[in-house]
Parts: sequence; structure tokens; C-alpha cells
Amino acid sequence: MDNKTPVLQLRNITKRFGDITANEKVDLDVYKGEILALLGENGSGKTTLMNMISGIYFPDEGEILVNGRQVAISKPEDAFELGIGMIHQHFKLVDVLTATENIILGLKEKGGLDLKNAAKKIRQICDTYGFEIDPAQKIYNMSVSQKQTVEIVKVLYRNADILILDEPTAVLTPQETEKLFQVLRNMKRDGKSVIIITHKMNEVLEISDRVAILRKGRYICDMETKNANVQELTDAMVGHSVTLNIDRPEPLDPKPRILVEHLTVKSQDGVTKLNDISFEARSGEILGIAGIAGSGQKELLEAIAGLQPAENGHVYFVEDNGEKEDLIGMDPLKIAAKGVSLSFVPEDRLGMGLVGNMDLAENMMLRSFRRGKSVFTDRKYPYDLAEHVVKELDVNTPSIATPVRKLSGGNVQKVLVGREISSAPMVLLTAYAVRGLDINSSYTIYDLINRQKKNGVAVVYVGEDLDVLLELCDRILVLCDGKVSGLVDGKNAVKNEVGLMMTKVGGGAANV
Amino acid sequence: MYNTIKTPLVHITRRKDIVWYRAWLIRILAIVLALILCGIITTFVVHINPIEVYKTMISGNFGTTRKIWFMGQDLATLLIISLALAPAFRMRFWNLGGDGQALMGCFGAAACMILFSGSVPNWLMLIMMFAAALFCGMLWAVIPAFFKAKWNTNETLFTLMMNYLATQIIAFFVVVWENPKGSSKIGIINQRSRIGWLPEIGGNKYILIIIVAIVLAVVMFIYMRYSKHGYEIAVVGESEPTARYVGIKVKKVILRTLLLSGAICGLAGFLMVSSTNHTLTTTLVGGRGFTGVMVAWLAKFNPFFMILTSFLLVFLNRGASEISTMFGFNDSFGAILTGIILFFIIGCEFFLNYEMHFRKRAKKEVE
Repeated sequence: MDNKTPVLQLRNITKRFGDITANEKVDLDVYKGEILALLGENGSGKTTLMNMISGIYFPDEGEILVNGRQVAISKPEDAFELGIGMIHQHFKLVDVLTATENIILGLKEKGGLDLKNAAKKIRQICDTYGFEIDPAQKIYNMSVSQKQTVEIVKVLYRNADILILDEPTAVLTPQETEKLFQVLRNMKRDGKSVIIITHKMNEVLEISDRVAILRKGRYICDMETKNANVQELTDAMVGHSVTLNIDRPEPLDPKPRILVEHLTVKSQDGVTKLNDISFEARSGEILGIAGIAGSGQKELLEAIAGLQPAENGHVYFVEDNGEKEDLIGMDPLKIAAKGVSLSFVPEDRLGMGLVGNMDLAENMMLRSFRRGKSVFTDRKYPYDLAEHVVKELDVNTPSIATPVRKLSGGNVQKVLVGREISSAPMVLLTAYAVRGLDINSSYTIYDLINRQKKNGVAVVYVGEDLDVLLELCDRILVLCDGKVSGLVDGKNAVKNEVGLMMTKVGGGAANV
Repeated sequence: MYNTIKTPLVHITRRKDIVWYRAWLIRILAIVLALILCGIITTFVVHINPIEVYKTMISGNFGTTRKIWFMGQDLATLLIISLALAPAFRMRFWNLGGDGQALMGCFGAAACMILFSGSVPNWLMLIMMFAAALFCGMLWAVIPAFFKAKWNTNETLFTLMMNYLATQIIAFFVVVWENPKGSSKIGIINQRSRIGWLPEIGGNKYILIIIVAIVLAVVMFIYMRYSKHGYEIAVVGESEPTARYVGIKVKKVILRTLLLSGAICGLAGFLMVSSTNHTLTTTLVGGRGFTGVMVAWLAKFNPFFMILTSFLLVFLNRGASEISTMFGFNDSFGAILTGIILFFIIGCEFFLNYEMHFRKRAKKEVE
């Protein structure tokens, strides 16, 4: 490939944090006009590497060359000057400002503040690459995908030629993802280079020209996407061969377990989050919940778990003998006191499910600390449980006494799921159980969920990856804007139809 | 054509971990640097040998037996108030009302002495004073806690305001209860009858409060570290959603913790009135409610470290006032030295959390 010119070259990049080596002697080239997918497990050093290119960290050793010239990128402004822009997973936008204001925020342009001119330039960028945003729209009125668009335009406005996107599709619907990919292709045609971090293999194969793989902080290899396949990529990423099939055992003797009837939930400021929802979750079955982020998934699970007051409707827990208990109006303690063993893996792992500054044992204690009459906490049980979870789920942690915030995303999730299933629940609610997890950890989690299913647990699985939902779940409830948009059978569902249902109640013609 | 590479002179990264001896080395280094800077300033600004100044600081604290006892009592009072604040701060409830709560404790105890002396036996008087002091302290803490729990009001401002309220209430009653008439102050209460005075252990009125402070430090350590309440406090402080998620009643924990916080402040007030001072003034607590915040935070809420940090602050404070009397300065010079030392001690926290990487010299030039 002689006609390729490298725009960005990393040579021997090493970065250590204390005695942990995040990147070791990484060499990486990015060429003009290509889309490079960066693959690696959680904690393999992808984000650290990208942060060094965008000026957030500074490498301990090694060199970075931009357009063949050695450079030092010691702050984000340096990266911008070199034409490097990063779109982070978590948006960094000011809600009350408009798109234009956000885009020019922090720029030190000469002369007065010329919003009109800026808006004009933004429109030009949008026209060139096929973005659809209104420069005058306020951020808080925007959907997640629109916000992401603003982030991308922000980077382009600063004349970036190398764009880094950290898991951009995690929050998008299939349709939005397709739109984003179209834009990325337009950028590529315009000679820009794009580095994309994603865990979704099918996206890697669809969008990228080349794949580079990191494992344990080291650069492993790169390959042309057209010559690669999922199995090969995964094996290179993990370092050994893995099986990539999600099991879907037939539900054994499913019985109604959770009965939701006409559930309506409003947020604190009176916005209707769930509108007259009714469905049934059965024992020994995985019920998937699909929907665009913010369609009411969070409120639904929290209402069942007793964390969200309901405006109207019922959530019944159904015993084997058919007795029903309405959980609405009860807090988690009361629900547990009624003998309803309900486990909940919330979306916000470190903000709700766990306490980041506490160690593994103390986090296990969250569920068990009330046990016994003593005024003191029992420390032995949670410690043993933590050891058990670490061993059983292969949690990678320096010790039981390590604060969980220091663990990588996959390990944090294993700790949380491990604790939640340790109580042998009858109902397991999970929200985005594999978000941000690499493929290997994801499969561990699917496996755990399946084991619960086999034990007769009624599992409610809120997910964002439609491919996984279709492979894993027995039935899928599609939410759209707080309403039930459809209920489909996992085996027969068609991805596009579910995608349409997510954006429009009933999904237009495609109704089930 | 290579431009010169601008590797930054220093870049800063967060430390993963730090071994304990390095942490202490950094702290000691900070104090040494602070002392050197203080020495330079003393030499060039007031032309006094800094060694003399430091000697004076030490003799101000340890010079005579009386001074040692006095320092011990000062330390104990500060420690009790700091221990009272620790659980609230652990819960991330910014209780800046320690002064007011302790002052109200003093008020409760003194009011009993003034109003009921002669009409009840001494033992009953002490119990009444104890109860009144704790009640007043708790009341002053639970009012802002209630508003916080119920309507999520800002506790920082609220507790701060409660301090002024307490000061004004006492200013009012000092005039009402003035003794002797026309003096606008309350002298030593029951100086002759000693009603409502706690007994002196071994003929020393400072021992009792020191013992109470030490016992309280141990109890508070166990409470925060090993009790279910302590665990709940920690969880609420770290993350309210997590607390609700596991069914901890956040409002209840806030109220309960602030009742405890207020009660201990009230206890400090009781001891000040009944054991050491036997009077009531608006300045009796003397800002310890605020110094206590620093004590608690510097020690990261560990009661045993709080003994160290409260000693440090008391030592500096007493040393500073000794300097001003010995060398005939006003209070400001001592305060400047104290400020410099504290600045270094608090500032060194940065170096405990972050690591500086300096540009390596002798970087090979690329041809």
C-alpha cells in the first residue's frame, strides 16, 4: 500500500499509572482517508491511548508523529491545533446553550462574538457531511443522537482532520447508527481519518477499512477489514479462542411472575415517562426490553424495584400458587420483607448499584448489612461472598480490599451481578448489563443471565444491542416514548421491524 | 526539519496508590518547608531569631504544668466538637453549625444552673444540665437536618445561620442574667456553692473533659467503622441513589446522624460550662465549630487521626498567642505563621494525590 500517507504515527508509546502499565510500546499508524477501528477488551488500553493523542494524558515514553513531524501533545488545545479531535463517550455539552454556542465555546477567535457567522460555518459543515442539526436549538431539547452530532461538528469546526470516536454507537438506535456511518463515510471521502472504538463486531466489519487490536496494553496486530471475520478478531483480542454463540434454552415451565398493569409513571417535573404499560414477565424466561435510550426503561425497572413512585397502575408479584402482591407503594425493604426476592442490576453501576469508594466486601455488604440483631455489621459473610464472586466470575482485582471504582468496567459489572444473583432471586432486573463491556465479559454476563433463567428466575433484560436482544431473549417488549410499541417473539423477530417499533409506536405497518 | 519538541516541563498525573511511609515523608517535608519559610519571614520581617520563635511556640504549649493541662483541655474541647462533626461530614452533610450547637449546649447547661440553683439537689442539677445541654445541641442540629431531609434546603447556609441565631440568643440572655447587675456579663456561676459543677478528678478540673474526649474518640471510631449506623452513614455520604437502592431510608439517616452530631456538640457545651468554665459568654466556644471542620477533614474522619490533627491546630494556635505576648506583637504575626504552616500541610495533600513528572534531561536530539 504505497499510496497511503500516514497522518498519525505512534512509536513505542508507553504509559504507566503507578505500577500498572496501561500501554506498552504501542506502534500504530493511521492513514489519510481511512476509518480505523480500534478493538480490545476492557482495560486493554484503548481509551488511554486515545487520550494521549487528544492531549489528556502525556506518554511516559515514545513519540507521536503527525504528518511526519514529531509533536508533543500536552493539552487538548495542542491536539486541536494539530487537527486531532476526540468525541468522548460522555458528552461534554452545556445544556442551556444552543448548538452554535456549544460549538464555539472555548475558541479564542479574534474579534467579537459572531454567532451568525459561526452558525453559517456550522451549516456549511452540516451540508458537506450530511449532518442534520439546527444551530439555534438548545442542547436540552436534543435527542442523544443530535447531541452526538453537535460533538462531532464541534470537532470539525476546529478543523480536525483526525477524529477519534469513543464508542459512538452505544447510545444510538440502528437507524441512527446507520446515519452516523453514512456521515463517517462522507468524512472519509473528504480525506479525513477516523479512529472508532467500538465493542460491536458487526459495526467494525461494516464501517472500518482496517482494524487494529490491542490486548493488555500492547499492540497485537492490524488487518484489513475485508479480510477479517468476527471469530478471528475476537480470538486476537482475547488471546485465545472463544465461542461466540449466545445460548437460548427453551423456557422450562414458564409461569407468570411479574404482572404489570396500566403502569403510568411521571418524573419529578411532571413529564410522563411511562404511559399505561402492561405486560407479563414469566419465570424461567428472559423478557427483553428494547427501546431508544430514555424511552422509559429506567423508570420501568425502578418502578418494579420499588424505587419509583407510580402515578397509576399496578405491579404484581405472582406466587407459584397464583397469589398476587401489589408492589407499588412499597420501598425495596418492604418488598424484601414480603418475601419477594428481587434483584436489580441498575444502569448506573457506580452511582446506584455500588459505592465506588468502598471495597469489594463492603459493596457485598450493601445487601446484607442489616442481617442479625447486633448493632454491628457482620464482616465475615460479605468478605466470603466477595471471595466467592471473585473466584466464580473470574473478577480481575488486586484484592478484596480494592475500591471498586479502581476496577475496569467489566469487573465492576461482574461484582454487581455477582452480588445480585447471590441471593438466589426469583426476579432479576438488568439494565444495560453489558454496556461498555468487551465481548468476552459480555458473554460471561449472558451466560450468567442464562444460568439464572435455567434456575427458573424471571429475567427482565433491558438492552441496547438489538442483535443481542434478538439472540438472547425469549420475548421482547419494545418501548417507544414511554408506551408499549410492540411485543415480539425473540426467535421470529426481525431486527429492522423492532428498530422501527423503537422509533414509532407500532412500528408503522410492521405490527405483531 | 524538526521543530524543537516541547515536552512539558512537568506534567501531573493522579497517583494510583501511595505507600504509607512516603505519604508521611511528604507530610514531614511539608512541615519542614513551612518552618523554613516561617523562619525566613521571621528573620527578615521582624528581625527575630526563628529558633527563639519556635522555642516560644513549644513553651507556650508545654512550658509549665499548668500550660500543659490547659492545652490538654483546649485539645479535648476541640476534639469533642470535631468528633461531633465527623459523622455529619462523612455523610456529606456540611454541618458548619458546630459553634452554634455547642453554644446552645452551654446555654442549656447554664440556664439550668441559673434558674434552678438551690431548688434541686446537686446530682439532679447535673442530670438536668446534661439533658438540657444535649437537647439544645440536638435541636440546633436537627432543625437544618429536617429542612434538608424534607425540602432539600442547603444545609451549609442553614447551619451557618443557626450559629448567628445562637450567638444572639446568648447575647440576649447574658444581659437578662447579668451578674453582678450592670456588668453586662455572667460571672462565674455558683462560685461558692459549686452547684452544677462537675467534680474534679484528683483535684484537677481538666482531667474529666480529657477522659471524655478520649473515650468518645474510641466510641466514635467503633461507631463509624463497625456499626450498622456507621455503614449507612458512609453509604448515604457516598451515593444517595445507592442508599435508596438498597432500601436505606435517607431522610431517617440524615435526621438520626444530625441528632447525634448535635448531641455531642451539646455535650461539649455541658462540659465547658459544668467542668471547666462555669460561665456563659457568646465567645465560649470560640470558633471551635469551624476549626473542628478542619480537624475532621484533615484526619479524613478517622477519630484517632483527629487526635493528631486537633493537637496540631491547638498547638499552632496556642503557640501563636504565646509568640504575640512574648515578643509584644499583636495577634496577626502568630496568625501569619499558623497560616503558612497550615497552608503547607493542607497543600501537601495535592502531592499525596498527584504525582509530578519532570521533563527528563539529556533527551537525544533527533537528526
